[in-house]
Amino acid sequence: MSILVNKSTRVLTQGITGATGQFHTKACKEYGTQMVGGVTPGKGGTAYEGIPIFDTVERAVKATGANASVIYVPPPFAADAILEAADANIPLIICITEGVPVRDMVKVKRYLAGRSSRLLGPNCPGTITPGQCKIGIMPGHIHKPGTVGVVSRSGTLTYEAVDQLTRLGLGQSTCVGIGGDPVHGFEFLDVLKLFNDDPETEAVVMIGEIGGSAEEHAAAWIGANMKKPVAGFIAGQTAPPGKRMGHAGAIISGGKGTAKEKIAAMKQAGIRMASSPATIGRTMQEALAK
Amino acid sequence: MNIHEFQAKEILKRFGVPVPRGIVASTPEEAKAAAVELGGGVCVVKAQIHAGGRGKGGGVKIVKSAEEAAQRAGDMLGKNLITHQTGAEGRRVRRVLVEQGVKIERELYLAMALDRAQSRVTVICSSEGGVEIEEVAEKHPEKILREAIDPVIGLAAFQCRRIALALAIPAALTGKFIGVMQGLHRAFEECDASLAEINPLIITQDGQVMALDAKMNFDSSAFFRQKDILALRDLDEEDPREVEASKYDLSYISLDGNIACMVNGAGLAMATMDIIKLFGGEPANFLDVGGGANKEKVAQAFKILLADTRVRGVLINIFGGIMRCDVLAQGVVDAARELHITVPLVVRMQGTNVEQGRKILADSGLTIISVETMAEAAERIVNAIKN
Repeated sequence: MSILVNKSTRVLTQGITGATGQFHTKACKEYGTQMVGGVTPGKGGTAYEGIPIFDTVERAVKATGANASVIYVPPPFAADAILEAADANIPLIICITEGVPVRDMVKVKRYLAGRSSRLLGPNCPGTITPGQCKIGIMPGHIHKPGTVGVVSRSGTLTYEAVDQLTRLGLGQSTCVGIGGDPVHGFEFLDVLKLFNDDPETEAVVMIGEIGGSAEEHAAAWIGANMKKPVAGFIAGQTAPPGKRMGHAGAIISGGKGTAKEKIAAMKQAGIRMASSPATIGRTMQEALAK
Repeated sequence: MNIHEFQAKEILKRFGVPVPRGIVASTPEEAKAAAVELGGGVCVVKAQIHAGGRGKGGGVKIVKSAEEAAQRAGDMLGKNLITHQTGAEGRRVRRVLVEQGVKIERELYLAMALDRAQSRVTVICSSEGGVEIEEVAEKHPEKILREAIDPVIGLAAFQCRRIALALAIPAALTGKFIGVMQGLHRAFEECDASLAEINPLIITQDGQVMALDAKMNFDSSAFFRQKDILALRDLDEEDPREVEASKYDLSYISLDGNIACMVNGAGLAMATMDIIKLFGGEPANFLDVGGGANKEKVAQAFKILLADTRVRGVLINIFGGIMRCDVLAQGVVDAARELHITVPLVVRMQGTNVEQGRKILADSGLTIISVETMAEAAERIVNAIKN
């Protein structure tokens, strides 16, 4: 098993005719993901790499039986694309697009409340169950099937952690990038609960960064409920307050959201913390050996 | 993005939030004319910089005549104002806002910001206005009220009444107070603000409710639909290297150290700063070249890094996913040749096409230290600048 996605996941690409959408749809298909359809308004009836294109998500779902959608449409239209996927009751919506206005995402979250669809992202790398299904922009070849779950707010730092795990022979059950925006779908907590209940996930790596308090919330839950060993890392230990570090969410404001607070909360919860980004894999190994 | 107080007040005024009459001046003569225009009585001269704590730093002065307004403006203009938010060097004052004096009865605090835990815009207010809200939050958390706003409903009238009651706003002024709250909310929404703060919001002795100070920040992701807001950007208030970087869609932040770094991805870039520090070095910057950086972007990033004269070494850390290591390596080699890099350069690449990339570096004939891991990269650059 795994969480969120596996070899029977049937995936749509929203924004399949753009350069980014095409590049990653092709890469995911080559990885073995079932890319069953694409959506671009006005391009219905055409195809890309043998994948049929539809005018609306609703039609695409009806024709293909898709149960996941990945969104690469440009920022001004990304929120609408999420709404359209939710309206079509797609169970898993993954928004890769970076730079979606916060105001749009506040409305999207309100729209999703009480619906069956769940959102990953925006501004995230996506999710991968190695050897089965890759949805998003991560390099597939660094992953290896296994039993370590990975959840992270970052993109390339996740690749770094995965690469370390793979080199140590620690394969991954599923890797989930929740994204670095202030308003997003899946939180650490949501993903951790899934990992906790997944029989094939034996341990979890959690990678956070400065800003917000999601890591602290997750840590409190881990301390009380998590049955599996967790290794962690927080990026931005040297970041100065008041400066936004690339991600819209990565900022220390009003003395809150510091790496120090997060690390303390995570240690308190029994999470084994890597002091250096170079030792995330080794820290997981140590946590498993205990 | 931040804007000046006078700009924020212009926006608030447009949305029906009363502000004192004020005129912007960039010379003492203009300040004098402004004070005359405002009636020649008591005025306040306020330095316009993008930093808080201006009052304590000497950037807000009450004056009794137009002559005094000119004198005080002269004291501020062209000088650097130092506050607890500016750093030791302070910020150059290029403009002052001359405002008509008002008689204050009460000072309140009113702000709107995103509550990330709830994913909603939230009203934050307090009966303790005119002081640092962080201090109130720490010492008297019970004096801070919050109301989360439903994005579909908007700020409801009952929520405004609840706040007005909690702040003991006199019944006769409740209507005006609610008007201010709703105006602030409309301004926040329609301008894609990320913070809108009125501190203090005052009740005057003659029964007016008005914004005596105003601060607004904006969501840069919404600039595609906020051209008027983007036009308020003041490049003089920003670090010139950060401005230059933003032209090429590079996310750069200047720091105090001497090891420049170039990384793809914000999380990895922060982690790279962290590991430099762990090995005893000090990062000179945060620089995220983004996921799909090309040769040109790498070259531009290099130029920006090396323009910082404190830089004594460069560390490049790229985890190639979409970005191919061979493309990156060629970009690095070309830029290093073109710019005649004289400081030590450590390159750590991993991911797609890494072998071809390392070969390009090795065959270049340049003295590039090519390493495999992050730890090795940090150690080598820290040692290299020691010698």
